Amino acid sequence: MKRVYVNPEVCIGCKLCELACLTEHSQSKDLIIAYREERMQGLLPRNTVEESGWITASLNCRHCAEPYCIQACISGALTKDAESGRVVYEEEQCVGCWSCLMACPFGAIKRHPIKEKIVKCDLCPERSIPACVSACPNQALTFEEK
Amino acid sequence: MLYRPINQNYHDFIVQRDRELCINCRVCERQCSYLVHYWDENRKQVMHDNAKCVGCHRCEALCPTGAIVIRHNPSQFRENSHWKPWFIKNVYKQADGGGVLLGAMGNPQPYPIYWDRLLLDASQVTNPSIDPLREPMELRTYLGSKPDSLEFEEKEGKPSLKTKLSPQIKLNYPIMFSAMSYGSINFNLHIAMARAATELGIVYNTGEGGLHPDLYQYGPNTIVQVASGRFGVHRDYLNAAEGSDALSPAPHHDIYSIEDLRQLIYALKEATEYRVPVSVKIAAVHNAAAIASGIVRAGADIVAVDGFRGGTGAAPTMIRDNVGIPAELALAAIDQRLRDEGIRNRASVVIAGGIRCSADVVKAIALGADAVYIGSAALVAVGCTMCQRCYTGKCPWGIATNVPSLARRQNPEIAKQKLVNLVRGWAHEIEEMLGGMGLNSIESLRGNREKLRAVGLNEVELDIFGVKPAGR
Ligand code: SF4
Ligand code: SF4
Ligand code: SF4
Ligand code: SF4
Repeated sequence: MKRVYVNPEVCIGCKLCELACLTEHSQSKDLIIAYREERMQGLLPRNTVEESGWITASLNCRHCAEPYCIQACISGALTKDAESGRVVYEEEQCVGCWSCLMACPFGAIKRHPIKEKIVKCDLCPERSIPACVSACPNQALTFEEK
Repeated sequence: MLYRPINQNYHDFIVQRDRELCINCRVCERQCSYLVHYWDENRKQVMHDNAKCVGCHRCEALCPTGAIVIRHNPSQFRENSHWKPWFIKNVYKQADGGGVLLGAMGNPQPYPIYWDRLLLDASQVTNPSIDPLREPMELRTYLGSKPDSLEFEEKEGKPSLKTKLSPQIKLNYPIMFSAMSYGSINFNLHIAMARAATELGIVYNTGEGGLHPDLYQYGPNTIVQVASGRFGVHRDYLNAAEGSDALSPAPHHDIYSIEDLRQLIYALKEATEYRVPVSVKIAAVHNAAAIASGIVRAGADIVAVDGFRGGTGAAPTMIRDNVGIPAELALAAIDQRLRDEGIRNRASVVIAGGIRCSADVVKAIALGADAVYIGSAALVAVGCTMCQRCYTGKCPWGIATNVPSLARRQNPEIAKQKLVNLVRGWAHEIEEMLGGMGLNSIESLRGNREKLRAVGLNEVELDIFGVKPAGR
């Protein structure tokens, strides 16, 4: 399946990918409103730019072949979509037990800052190329089959 | 401003941030290597210090909401056409620091730009123009010494060439990437230039910083430079390349005469077993034509002339702005001198320094150049905004820097593609211009000054250019 891959050699730590992700998952789809207002109501980017000195890398859900998060999930909120291979999350079903969050070896699952729910990357189902990949100014992110 | 030395308040740029748009995401803060933008914990917003801005526009280009415009500081001294702000501010700087003023890139002063005074011809009525999309158009160029005459012999009943030809550099387009050392620019751009040159079938010049072993594989598209410092020069380096380039403006402490130069040229030829042409680079200075003649007689296969608009990573501002002559004049004078002396065929002439577009290339070739080097144009292609602060080593575009966090801003893959696109674009335009003049090969344009007319030049300039005024 196609996943988002980062090339840390050319990731410049600008975090535009986080802003794109934030906007894509906002109500308004408007960066300024999403950042100023919706963020205060708990909107989070699904990805995280990890930094260690000047080395940076944007990380998101790996949509693993055998996802630990799904094994750990007690409520059936996480499932593997057979067709697309994506690890799909149903917010309604999440009970906020954080089992998946602890099970994910990549730290790709975040807690919603207000609701007792998790937040994770959905690979932007409404877009042909995920928002973070389109926004990256240095082609540090690619959406490809590897 | 409180605590700031008085003279630093006369800064060149101001950052104009539209607070309606700014979301305080701090992208600008992360992009600016001059620490102009910063997070103000008390105000809980991004603030900036205008005095530090060099006007590179990186923050403006990456701000996700388009909130930033970098402007010239509108603050004005009383008008004085003699004491322009440039001079006043430089005096302040030196009065504060006492040092030599530093600059970078080429001479930015308003000397005449002769490219803009020369116009090309187009075919009308009496000779047909050629459509490069329908008919073949030859841009291929060979650099190197050409024989005085050709001799043929008969072999197995067929004519064959008897004259032994000197080594040549084959270029698909009459354009090469200038010498920009690994040091002045970083490895990411060196690899991008090497790959672009390979894809285009042209060459790039390593500059004086030596050659990274990973780049030896691009040897057929490389000119290695042997500069005054002799950094990284050894047999493998010389043999890694398609050509070698033997000069740089700084003193070579083993060259004090044309005889010494002749020795170096032949030492390079011996070291490379006469497989590659040797190019000698000079700055365009007062006696460029006589110097070029001496260089050709000393055995150089290529003479590269670098004009005062040619970029540099760091130079004393006074030297950058006041030394040398325009490359256009030097080129015309050199081509004419070599012709007059009957030795024009012995070496190719390459012009560097301030080529901005394909029309400049065409005009250079009509003035007698065999090919051009592009340096600044190649850097602009990968994002350079000509802020002229390369000497700080903090280029926010990741070009003139080896700071790892900045150098990675140049993704070699993107940079390579941009360089390839630029040269291809120019090549198409060159073909169109040639076709318009009714020519179907670049060879027919070389030194063909009849295809040029000048506007606004005086008699002496016309004479040096060997070009008629427009209307004649
Ligand atoms: S947008 Fe690209 S370069 Fe910027 S932090 Fe994200 S992955 Fe890195
Ligand atoms: S990058 Fe633009 S929006 Fe973000 S803090 Fe800077 S000016 Fe504001
Ligand atoms: S990034 Fe460049 S233009 Fe922007 S504030 Fe810094 S120095 Fe000025
Ligand atoms: S290479 Fe960088 S520092 Fe030099 S002029 Fe261009 S943008 Fe400025």
